Amino acid sequence: MVPEECTYTKEHEWVCNEGGVAVIGISEYAAVELGDIVYIELPESGSNVKQMDPIGTIEAVKTVAELFSPVSGEIIEVNEAIIEHPEIVNRDPFEEGWFIKIRMSDPGELDNLFSFEEYSEFLGEQED
Amino acid sequence: MSTTIFEKGTAGKSGSFISANDCPVEDLGFARPRGGEIGLPRIGEQDLIRHFVELASKNYHIDKGMYPLGSCTMKYNPVINEEVAGLGGFTGLHPLQSEEDVQGALELMYELESDLCEICGMSAFSLQPVAGAHGELTGMMIARDWFRRMGENRKTVLVPDSAHGTNPASVVICGFTPKTIPSNEAGLIDPEVLEREAGGDTAVLMLTLPNTLGLFERDIERIIRIVHDAGALIYMDGANMNALLGIVRPGAIGVDIMHVNLHKTFSTPHGGGGPGSGPIGVREHLAGLLPVPRIVKENGRFSLKEDIGESIGRVHPWFGNFNVFVKAYAYIKALGGEGLREASENAIINANYLMKKVEPHYDIKYPGRCMHEFVASGRNLKKFGVKTVDVAKRLLDYGLHAPTVYFPLIVEEALMIEPVETEKKETLDHFADVMAAIAKEAEEDPEILHEAPVTTPVRRLDEASAARSPELCWPGEECMPGEA
Repeated sequence: MVPEECTYTKEHEWVCNEGGVAVIGISEYAAVELGDIVYIELPESGSNVKQMDPIGTIEAVKTVAELFSPVSGEIIEVNEAIIEHPEIVNRDPFEEGWFIKIRMSDPGELDNLFSFEEYSEFLGEQED
Repeated sequence: MSTTIFEKGTAGKSGSFISANDCPVEDLGFARPRGGEIGLPRIGEQDLIRHFVELASKNYHIDKGMYPLGSCTMKYNPVINEEVAGLGGFTGLHPLQSEEDVQGALELMYELESDLCEICGMSAFSLQPVAGAHGELTGMMIARDWFRRMGENRKTVLVPDSAHGTNPASVVICGFTPKTIPSNEAGLIDPEVLEREAGGDTAVLMLTLPNTLGLFERDIERIIRIVHDAGALIYMDGANMNALLGIVRPGAIGVDIMHVNLHKTFSTPHGGGGPGSGPIGVREHLAGLLPVPRIVKENGRFSLKEDIGESIGRVHPWFGNFNVFVKAYAYIKALGGEGLREASENAIINANYLMKKVEPHYDIKYPGRCMHEFVASGRNLKKFGVKTVDVAKRLLDYGLHAPTVYFPLIVEEALMIEPVETEKKETLDHFADVMAAIAKEAEEDPEILHEAPVTTPVRRLDEASAARSPELCWPGEECMPGEA
């Protein structure tokens, strides 16, 4: 996965298209902002989701955030390792700390997400 | 770090003055005799007292200093409340005593219910729920049964994103589905959005009023009309009622169900000094659904009525936290109508005064007037590498309790500040001065804030490890499987 080739959401999630399968995680910015993550709840694989459905919960020491599905499709795999060891997400949000894989029913949905450049710009606005 | 009382115990020691058993021992036949010691700490009375005095001296509490914890209404708990609640006639009661014996206690509960009805403009109150969230759950159960009786299967409860965090949880536990209503730029519900969302599937709009930003819904009349037109009910989370006493009677503006927190608005202690109490009030059409037993007055006598067909049933053993009712009753009677209104007015004045004093040093996302609390943000300190948590920890070094932090979620780096009416101007000035000093430290020497707190009994705690791998057994104890 190459960050520059992936897409991003306003909710600070990243989505990388690997041959029709969306690999999804949270961005470095989100991992830092949330702080120490202590609990992650994810759905079972096999369930179908629509774009922007809430699909999970990320509990950090200071706050709780929802995970939204950036695409529609079938959940084919969840990262069991981060459920057991949520600190992986703080350490490596982009590679080892991925959350979920979804077989996309409409890869065109990726077009209404941020490109890498657009997300970087969006982050810049957040910092102001 | 203090040791636990279990670690302080010494075998053979005891502070008990119970005489040796001189009654014949009966074999109950069916009973299973205890196998060994039950593990109570073995400690003499003097060491016991020292243990608790040591803990109390390390603790921070409202009797030690200002406690501006947003959404919690940490007001002064008058000593007279404790004195009245400590009267032998109250403390010596047993819940199974006959109604004849407890007429005074029933009268007090009956009167407290009536006073809450008067204050809130509701038709009936039940004192049974023992916490705010318990009141919410009871309210949701009432709504669920109401729609069942109407033969309607409504599933959705609308919850603004400025509501208390417990609201959606109560909704889910009751079997409804929460739907978030986003706030507009002003931090309020947008009636246009509500109009789109409210419909035939909407059971309830669950409204925190004033909301967690300390703002009163300007369009409240329209909001209530929209919800009622959709055939749904209005639930008001009355945890912030300290802004409204004698100013707004929620029932009179159309709120159908609400709870109040005696341990916030009505001056009874919080947390360990509690317990809590979250009475639930309803308007006339829902009165029959309140939990049983209900206290009824007939020919000057009070009794407990259990057989009310429509009632949702009991939500707590016995009658709720009675001792708390006595304190709230004492508070209401001591202040009276005028006094309660004055309390709310002063709570609002204090919050607005403090907001203006803090504003030059911290971001205020929703400036203008607030009600009893306001939300500041440490966002402007991020450029110095300082976060709200650092500001909160540094406040402890100055001998002040931190405000609520990182809530509400809709304000980044939130500091939710509720000064309450019982703090005098000099105390507010001191708090504002300290907040300003901390902002200056953030700019000049952020390391001070990263290190904070340095003067407290324990330094910054490792909250992540505490949450990830909690140790739930005291040293030396053998943990049951699954406990640690």
